Amino acid sequence: MRIILVDGKGREHELEAMEGWRVMEIIRDYGFPIVAECGGACACGTCQVEVDPEWSAKLHEPREDELDQLDQNYGGEWSRLSCQLIMSAELDGLRLRLSDIAIREAA
Amino acid sequence: MAQETISTDVVIIGAGPCGLFAVFELGLLDMKCHLIDILDKPGGQCAELYPEKPIYDIPALPVVSGQELTERLMEQAAPFGPQYHYNEMVEEVQKLEDGRFRVKTDGGLVFEAKVVVIAAGGGSFQPKKPPIPGIEAYEGKSVFYAVKRMETFRNKKVLISGGGDSALDWTINLQPIAQSMQLIHRRDGFRAAPDSVNKMHALVEEGKMKFHLGQITALHGDNGQLTGVTAKGNDGKDYEIECDTLLPFFGLTMKLGPIANWGLNLHENLIPVDTEKFQTSEPGIFAIGDINTYPGKLKLILSGFHEAALMAQAAFKYANPDAKVTFQYTTSSTSLQKKLGVA
Repeated sequence: MRIILVDGKGREHELEAMEGWRVMEIIRDYGFPIVAECGGACACGTCQVEVDPEWSAKLHEPREDELDQLDQNYGGEWSRLSCQLIMSAELDGLRLRLSDIAIREAA
Repeated sequence: MAQETISTDVVIIGAGPCGLFAVFELGLLDMKCHLIDILDKPGGQCAELYPEKPIYDIPALPVVSGQELTERLMEQAAPFGPQYHYNEMVEEVQKLEDGRFRVKTDGGLVFEAKVVVIAAGGGSFQPKKPPIPGIEAYEGKSVFYAVKRMETFRNKKVLISGGGDSALDWTINLQPIAQSMQLIHRRDGFRAAPDSVNKMHALVEEGKMKFHLGQITALHGDNGQLTGVTAKGNDGKDYEIECDTLLPFFGLTMKLGPIANWGLNLHENLIPVDTEKFQTSEPGIFAIGDINTYPGKLKLILSGFHEAALMAQAAFKYANPDAKVTFQYTTSSTSLQKKLGVA
């Protein structure tokens, strides 16, 4: 199972993912610049990613508290919080981009 | 603003749960406290980030909201007559020759205190800034993150960005005095009081303001004076909005802020303390709660309460080096009960 992550410079990385893990934890484990300050509680918005539009439809709709964080953290149309995305077989190959917001927070 | 210096035993920086409980513990030792907080209310993170979220790990309170915990701590501190100073950020802490401290806020308040207690949690709450290139050049001139005086916005072409209570409230409150009012938000849903959302929609219906879907991507203007913005709609197309004032409301974030400049040893934006006195690298300045660090530190409100109790003993000794402290219990000591107003 894998995730394709595009970093701030446009480079692609293939990350090994595990079922049931939060996408945020996988990205953080690889050492990419996300803070994930609240540890996955959907309370800080610093783990924002942009999901490839083709994959977006396969994800569950964001809950109200995720929308709230995206509102406060300048989310765009394809933005999600990676702590709210849980890896499953259907998401094998999920394509994401690190958001400028997350990168700025981690700087 | 009065420039008169306020003299007191203790200045507590931060009126969150640990700062509030420190008033109680210091009060039992007859030390009077002034609390300073950057927010407009007590409670710190409990009040600002999760006032309605239940907390389950406060001893003897199986479940309590941040709001209620704050109210109860205020009640517990009340017999000691703490003075609260809200909407003030401490900018300077300076040691005086006699061992006391001068504390200055951004609002011009000046304190002289025997000891300083930093109970500032994650630091100071500051507005989240939207990532629009070059926005700094406009800040304070035509881009504002808070409304200090409504008059500033009279006859202005105001654009508000955001979808929470602040964005909606100011849209409604400033609309009557602004020359024009527009609101932009990334989606057609709001995390604000439904009544405010309805009022905003009614103003749009009446033609008194405009609502745009999208996100601002660029600012236009000269010398800090805004003339308009470019926004990207959810269809991916860019469009222009004319305005001379922008108010972004994206909530608050915590930054360490001026604490970094007070000459204290820091470790990864936290203040190292010992676990006997909870004193910082500067004798007489103590740090309790989420802002401090020591081996085994847990960021729990419960731990902050314990730290407040031990800190109070050490602070008393620092302020009164010759006095003898007799440790007493509130259950049995009539002198403590008198202080609490129950004997």
